[in-house]
Amino acid sequence: MTVVSLRGISKTFGDGGTTALQEIELEIETAEFVSLIGPSGCGKSTLLRIMGDLTEPSAGNVIVNAKPARQARIDRDYGIVFQDAVLFDWRTVAKNIALPLELSGWDRRRRSERIKEMVRLVELSGFEDHHPWQLSGGMQQRVAIARALAFDPSLLLMDEPFGALDEMTRERLNLELLEIWRRSGSTIVFVTHSIAEAVFLSTRVVVMSPRPGRISDLIEVDLPQPRTALTREQPRFFELVTQVREALHLGSELEGGAPAPRGSEASV
Amino acid sequence: MATGAVAVSRSSARPSAAHVGRAAAKLGIFVLVLAALWGFWEGYRWLWMHEGWTWPFAVDDTTMPHIHDVLHALFKRGATGSLLISDLLRAALVTAKEAAVGFVLGAAIGFVLGVVLAHSRLLQRGFLPYVIASQTVPILAVAPIVVVYLGSLNVAAWFSVAVISAYLTFFPVTINTLRGVNSADRRAVELMRSYAAGRWRILWKLRVPASLPYIFAALKVSATASVVGAIIGELPSSIQDGLGGEILSFNQYYSLDPTQLWATNIVAALLGIAFFLVVVSAERIVVRRAAENVA
Repeated sequence: MTVVSLRGISKTFGDGGTTALQEIELEIETAEFVSLIGPSGCGKSTLLRIMGDLTEPSAGNVIVNAKPARQARIDRDYGIVFQDAVLFDWRTVAKNIALPLELSGWDRRRRSERIKEMVRLVELSGFEDHHPWQLSGGMQQRVAIARALAFDPSLLLMDEPFGALDEMTRERLNLELLEIWRRSGSTIVFVTHSIAEAVFLSTRVVVMSPRPGRISDLIEVDLPQPRTALTREQPRFFELVTQVREALHLGSELEGGAPAPRGSEASV
Repeated sequence: MATGAVAVSRSSARPSAAHVGRAAAKLGIFVLVLAALWGFWEGYRWLWMHEGWTWPFAVDDTTMPHIHDVLHALFKRGATGSLLISDLLRAALVTAKEAAVGFVLGAAIGFVLGVVLAHSRLLQRGFLPYVIASQTVPILAVAPIVVVYLGSLNVAAWFSVAVISAYLTFFPVTINTLRGVNSADRRAVELMRSYAAGRWRILWKLRVPASLPYIFAALKVSATASVVGAIIGELPSSIQDGLGGEILSFNQYYSLDPTQLWATNIVAALLGIAFFLVVVSAERIVVRRAAENVA
């Protein structure tokens, strides 16, 4: 089943200003893990926000779970995770996770059962009563993931969720995210600017190029599941990383057709 | 994981050594500052009198009475036979009631006004200039008008004073609520939108909690302003038994016995501090968040 369907999406900021996205066509199927990758300014975050109905496209159609994106938002069909955890400081870990459940009208008993489950899922048992500022950045981001998954959304939108974390934490959370994805069976759209992260996590990588933002390549990632720390050492992993890198450079080269300044970069 | 939880619970269950030490340091600083102020007052007095300086004003027992004389005056018996301090405390209670009602009234009005203005740029443009103008009109000019208006409606005089006090209280609360409600993280607002939360729920679950540090900063200002408002309000409303009444009568006898007015000032200041401390305690209970976010 198709979870997200983008048809002819364009986005222009300001009156006749910069074109952030141009003629985007993309279909995302159930249980896919799709990464959007591209240099800054290619509109990958904007595209994610359009899927979540946080930004309106200037043209085109967004269908999420067979309904318009706006209806999908109102039906709480997706969970979202930003680069910053965006936790509410005045709420404890448990209460932060409970926030979307409160808004969906879950009663107290059901909420507390669910919180227990989610805390276990992101391995934060024992920290339920801590406040966000008592946690490390990685732990905060895990709370944000638990909160996004709490009401069991069929679609998870993640905007560079591990971008602000150190490499070690990031690799560990990558593995945890894959585990969560496998167990929950949800569909994930993941924005990143790390090639290795995109290849490691995804079943499909969407390569984007800037000015105007468009999809320059779609790369299937055929690495076997489940992926482990060893996946990063397989020759096929490196091949795919190279493939994505070359697609990115090709996309930048095409940009505006300007030959001179980008020439050196393409030879890398 | 478990060790983290244990460490936190242990530190909160052990108030002994560190807490006592900090309390002692606080008390020490308080006494030190008090002694320094006392020394400065008496030193200034001695130097000016000794040198005979008359700029900016001549110093004598009338302009700057000894502090120990002022404190002594608190324990002298007045014409009615009661101690001055008990008279003043009784007056302070009257003023405290007016100020407390005024404070609550003003804070509530200020908060609602701030929230309403925060939700409409148009209202903000239209209303804010008048809100600001209201504070540039001297309270001394407004007070008699309020007393006459409310008096004609048969409202108790003390309530008129509370209204005057509220007039001084609401303004900082409005301005800071306006600021605080808009201080919520843009991404947090988007997060709430992704949960299909409407304006009302975004207000109560996000904007108001996020604005609490701002609101409490305003309430601290308002707490002392409400006491000043009540004292000033007592002057035209012919309430004799508050601190305003005491100040008025001791003012007339100032050249005869300045210590009584100074003693009244001390009691009025203590009342203001008490109001301030109540707000600080409330803040400690209500605002549970990162220490660096508490204004």
